[in-house]
Amino acid sequence: MGILVRAIMVPRTFAEKVLSRASGKDARTGDIVTARIDLAMSHENSLLVLTAFREMGAGRIWDPEKVVLLFDHRVPANTVKAAGGHKTVRDFVRSSGIPNFYDFREGVCHQVLPEKGHVLPGMLVVGTDSHTTTYGALGAFSTGIGATEMASVWATGDLWLRVPETLRLVLRGPLPEGTSAKDVSLRIIGDLGSDGADYQCVEYTGPVVDGLSLSGRMVLSNMSVEMGAKAGICFPDRKTLDYVSHRSRAKLAPVTSDQGAELRETVEMDMSSLGPQVAKPHAVDNVVAVEEVAGTPIDQAFIGSCTNGRLEDLEEAERLLRGRQASPKVRLIVAPASRDVYIEASEKGILASLARSGAVILNPGCGPCLGAHEGLLAPGERCISTTNRNFKGRMGSPEAEVYLASPATVAASAIKGEVADPREVRA
Amino acid sequence: MMQGRAWRFGDHINTDLIIPGRYLDDPSPSNLAAHAMEDADPTFPRQVRQGDVIVAGRNFGCGSSREQAPVALKSAGVSAVVAGSFARIFYRNCINVGLPVIICPEAGSMVRTWDVIAIDMSRGEVALASGERLSFAPLPGFLLAILEEGGLVPYTRARLKGR
Repeated sequence: MGILVRAIMVPRTFAEKVLSRASGKDARTGDIVTARIDLAMSHENSLLVLTAFREMGAGRIWDPEKVVLLFDHRVPANTVKAAGGHKTVRDFVRSSGIPNFYDFREGVCHQVLPEKGHVLPGMLVVGTDSHTTTYGALGAFSTGIGATEMASVWATGDLWLRVPETLRLVLRGPLPEGTSAKDVSLRIIGDLGSDGADYQCVEYTGPVVDGLSLSGRMVLSNMSVEMGAKAGICFPDRKTLDYVSHRSRAKLAPVTSDQGAELRETVEMDMSSLGPQVAKPHAVDNVVAVEEVAGTPIDQAFIGSCTNGRLEDLEEAERLLRGRQASPKVRLIVAPASRDVYIEASEKGILASLARSGAVILNPGCGPCLGAHEGLLAPGERCISTTNRNFKGRMGSPEAEVYLASPATVAASAIKGEVADPREVRA
Repeated sequence: MMQGRAWRFGDHINTDLIIPGRYLDDPSPSNLAAHAMEDADPTFPRQVRQGDVIVAGRNFGCGSSREQAPVALKSAGVSAVVAGSFARIFYRNCINVGLPVIICPEAGSMVRTWDVIAIDMSRGEVALASGERLSFAPLPGFLLAILEEGGLVPYTRARLKGR
């Protein structure tokens, strides 16, 4: 009764509410709780999870319905070792009866899980991938964990978590023409720094967020980890509920922070005069206005990934490239984030148009983002990319350079053969 | 108590520097150790010795959730990582694979490469080559217990057996 009364009296943050529900305790900021996991995602590194799971002597998965596995990092298998890893996991899936398994064809986990209706508002989701923060765009508390602790989740269904402080960002608009969620995200990370939200639950609020599609919100939530955040939340609204109810028949229980909940900080940011932003090598917070780096020659341009491989990203790029050619000096590579995105972009003629402009269209997957395959960089080469990391060696040679930008900026740069302002190319 | 030679690194050492994605198709500890830190310091894989300690600045281990990062360091012989701050997934992964992590912002400016330092996890103390001692907040008991068991695999094995 005591707990119940307090729960009613004291305004709570989103993080406190989700983690209280999941732990069955009155979880307050700073507490360490043992929480029941609602959804547990792993990609290729499920091989490591499986190895640890077996070494732990765990017999069976606590609740196979709550586990989603898929392959996206190296699809189709790019080495014999990768193929062997896929095979081991595939065999395990068949023998253990995990119902939610997407083999090599479905696409990037952070597009596939929302798209297939696995993620619901208010859920506690963990994934063995740092960009698991993406599902915060649907109002889930969602964070990345390691492979060994995922094995423990498979065995027990629970995980220790510290209830994070909350950093609320209020994004004022309107967002100018020619800029997108990626520019907003890069500006925020440039301002706060790559550890500016360490361990925090970031809440994205304000008119800019309200105006973004779910795809745009996924960009913000996805990139939250690039400033160290534990989670990046957009509170559910009509758009969220529309998106989810088309994909799941589950009863929805959306969660938001209470009015007056104790936040670590509220930061207001004015995005009304924002132009296209670029993160220069080799740090995601090394962000400048596109004008400052325009004219820098590039060898490769990549549009795709869990950050910016969604339909509206491909549409944005195609609008600029339509009827034009990528510079012959540039290798333009496009990877739709999922099979559904691929099919829709294909039916709308977007993929054909991009191919006419000189793009190589890859299968849905992570592609060259993490430097595993499908377009690595040679020493001395420079790539502009819609992905999320520009660390040294990320996309191939440690002597290569990666610039991060929006799909429009990457498309404009592909046309010019150098980093270019999409507003000028469009005009 | 651990004692070892220090390797100094700066701020924001990310997991792509600790173990690049191009080597991840082979998760064997020997492969990971052979490429540990090579994009941050190409001499590291050849010169690192059993017991060495990494001493770094802010936000060590930022980036990917890849557990191969702490496994690469541990397999290469690293006995502990001391940093001003850690990215959260890397921090958790270290404990889970049995690699001690110490948050000690002062160490970065006071330790040089090849200094021999000693770390006492339960007392929360780093002894520098100069004889000076720096204190740090010891880990909560249950995390220390995971480390003492050698990581989350043996810890959970014991927990499952006890049920």
